[in-house]
Amino acid sequence: MLKRHSLDVVIIGAGVVGAACAYYAARAGLSVAVVDRGPVAGGTTGAGEGNLLVSDKEAGPELDLALLSTRLWTELAAVLPREIEYEPKGGLVVAPDETTVKALRTFAEGQRAAGVDAVEVAADVLHELEPHLAPGMAGGFHYPQDAQVQPAQAAARLLAASAAEVHLGEEVTQILLDRGAVRGVRTPRRELLAPAVVNAAGTWGGHIASLAGVTLPVLPRRGFVLVTEPLPRVVRHKVYAADYIADVASGSAALQSSAVVEGTPSGPVLIGATRERVGFDRTLSTEALRRLASQAAALFPVLADVRVMRTYHGFRPYLPDHLPAIGPDPRRPGLLHACGHEGAGIGLAPATGLLVAAALTGAAPPLPVHPFRPDRFAADPAAADNPEEQH
Amino acid sequence: MPTSPSEPAGRAGRADPAGPSGPATAPTPAPTAAPAAVPRPAAHPGPAAAPVVASAHRAAPARADLAIVGAGPAGLAAAVTAAGLGLRVVLLDAGDRPGGQFYRHPAPGLGAARPEALHHGWAEFATREAALRAHESAGRITYLPLHHVWTVVPVGAAGARRGHGAPATEWILHAVAGHAPEERAVAVTARAVLIATGAYERQLPFPGWTLPGVIGAGGAQAMLKSGLVLPGKRVVVAGSGPLLLAVAGSLAAAGATVPAVVEAASYTAYAGRVPALLRNPGKLVEAAGYGGALARHHVRLLTRHAVTEAHGTERVEAVTVARLDRNWRPLPGTGRRIPCDALAVGHGLVPQLELATGLGCAIRRSPDGTVALELDAEQRTSVPGIWSAGETGGIGGAQLAMIEGELAAHSVAGALPAARLTRSRARLRAFADAMAAAHRPGEGWTGWLRDDAVVCRCEEVPAGRIREAADDLGARDARTVKLLTRAGMGWCQGRMCGPAVAALAGEEGAPDRRPLSCPVPLRHLAELPPAGH
Repeated sequence: MLKRHSLDVVIIGAGVVGAACAYYAARAGLSVAVVDRGPVAGGTTGAGEGNLLVSDKEAGPELDLALLSTRLWTELAAVLPREIEYEPKGGLVVAPDETTVKALRTFAEGQRAAGVDAVEVAADVLHELEPHLAPGMAGGFHYPQDAQVQPAQAAARLLAASAAEVHLGEEVTQILLDRGAVRGVRTPRRELLAPAVVNAAGTWGGHIASLAGVTLPVLPRRGFVLVTEPLPRVVRHKVYAADYIADVASGSAALQSSAVVEGTPSGPVLIGATRERVGFDRTLSTEALRRLASQAAALFPVLADVRVMRTYHGFRPYLPDHLPAIGPDPRRPGLLHACGHEGAGIGLAPATGLLVAAALTGAAPPLPVHPFRPDRFAADPAAADNPEEQH
Repeated sequence: MPTSPSEPAGRAGRADPAGPSGPATAPTPAPTAAPAAVPRPAAHPGPAAAPVVASAHRAAPARADLAIVGAGPAGLAAAVTAAGLGLRVVLLDAGDRPGGQFYRHPAPGLGAARPEALHHGWAEFATREAALRAHESAGRITYLPLHHVWTVVPVGAAGARRGHGAPATEWILHAVAGHAPEERAVAVTARAVLIATGAYERQLPFPGWTLPGVIGAGGAQAMLKSGLVLPGKRVVVAGSGPLLLAVAGSLAAAGATVPAVVEAASYTAYAGRVPALLRNPGKLVEAAGYGGALARHHVRLLTRHAVTEAHGTERVEAVTVARLDRNWRPLPGTGRRIPCDALAVGHGLVPQLELATGLGCAIRRSPDGTVALELDAEQRTSVPGIWSAGETGGIGGAQLAMIEGELAAHSVAGALPAARLTRSRARLRAFADAMAAAHRPGEGWTGWLRDDAVVCRCEEVPAGRIREAADDLGARDARTVKLLTRAGMGWCQGRMCGPAVAALAGEEGAPDRRPLSCPVPLRHLAELPPAGH
């Protein structure tokens, strides 16, 4: 068994959140190792669309995290290779009727107060932003801060830029403890000893927490994405209907869908995203495909005539209150969490990494961390395991 | 020298069944697809709220006892056997004629009088095709050509959660029917499903393999069978597997010069498999036939050699052939040029599994390094209600595929098959396994793949970028390489580059995972019947 002693922190998970934690921890001068049972971006990161959104978040702690991340992604885009395909394309939320426009207006008011740039777009101007948008929309809001990256590339390049020691294809089988405090991890090939361990295992974060003897109620929330044949630029922004915001905020187990349509630099149009809680069910849901396709065609009628090349699914790491768990776990000294970002992990990764690095070095956090404390569910064990609760 | 007619015995998952499946032509998608990319708003001016036109989902044929995907040797044999046993059968196939990749009708108008001259066992096929027509007229088989099944789902899975563990009793097969851009959506319901989707050709890339004039070995054979055309006047045949001898023999008989058959394996690898060979005297006679034909036409056989580069500007003008070590690594300094105007190359076949793996059917590793389905003695997959026959259970050729199709039909019907079928299958499977082991690619083949050589033709990804993703960026499998480089994301969905990408990623080759077996018009998805209706 190989042993390694001089580490400051071991990060479990080579997805985008683990990679961002490694990047900011290394930048803070720490000696970092990253370990993952699979390849880089092998879990939810690789199944994501790469959304960096502020538009879908109401004013509150998650929006603050998203706004910080938006700034950090801009910095990262300047230093990481262009393969991450950072595109500040902006988002466009459209409303089918006047009632929804009013609701969006109220929503945007709150966002503006928090620092979001939200511009109301009158019905007759929508087509200047999106020429192929279906006629008859009542109006919408343009969010210039919304952006996109290629998620697998983003994770891989962040990880490479961190210069961390990386052990892929090695599953953590044990969290090593010494008098109740974490002192490292064990894999089938080695022990990695460090005074701090970060749980960045995404949808599988609940399992890592349990290895450390604490509970963290992360559940999978499945999503399907459709990918079309390569097209000329028919979709310019990240475009979605207003009901997407309600779906994101919902905790329902039932299938929900509201198409988010966007072009990519490579040509294909991505159509996401359904949300349903069915465990780790990997079988194809034709109902999910039907809803995405019909909603995408409702937004962009030209898409009805294109071909869908492929579809894939992923499992978002979902916590009952839709906020991630970030920071030290008071129940287990030396253990930190950075997981449970649901569908926003790509966007929220840099801010999460910065918060974790601050916690590791004792620096002042750039944001209040209280809303993300990992032990906030402990008092309500029922919330952890009731798949049918409604919000 | 033993051999087996292991051409693709099923219907590979391509939209263009008649086209040659060579590297130069194959993954190029359908001429259909590109124009569809351009928005055609005029055709669908409907209001936003109702983008869905009147349903194109035609009334499916009455619920079948058995739906068969693929009308190649396995599917065709299964269909006529099952109909003979009293089952109501729906036979769906991506091609426009039965026979799959193996049995190919010369295009009408060519005046070909003797298609049997290019096929082993044409009579066996002709008998079954006649039986198909008879069952069709009698209403026992609904034969649906030009129907490309893109997924099979259990009834009930579309909407609310189905209880896990409870086997499905009915299946829906969703297909794209007809030619683009006028495709229709078709759904077929059946109590049992036989997956007979066959195989596609395994390609191991080399510098220059994208030049015009470089085609798949199976594609060359297909061109001869269906178009009676030669890919060139002077054709090098290369790769690995018994198909190469058949292709070279056909090309030579049709008038081409074949300067060499370049086989990466060593036929001495057969030495350890004598029992399986001796139990298949028919195969030996067939092999002797190929050997005799090659001798008559003065075709040179170079074993443990490979084409390591194709040269040319407008099209292939010559190839470099090098000696290989036991592990298929090219030996430095052994390369020599052979002038030619075409190269037919293939390294065996890969079972086409995505419909089965999408259903969760268990898989096994074949001796040739590919992944095949795990099947029981009655051709059942691990998923109750789903059977499979032919190349999907491991590459074995048309004769074995027909036997397995008949066995599967008996099993679905609950009838006892003739003992001779079971015996023949065991004998032919043993032979196929011996062949597969002898032609399994050695790991050293990537030694001829320079960093600048294109691996994924659809997305134009060179080997160097794949190596970077695997070695520097933490991709440990083909899936992650795909995410990082786009290799395998194009029209062929990795059918062409999958084995090569896996090898470069240090992986043995994962089973096909394509939730959509072929591109599907978005409109078809939008018009699926809503759950609960």
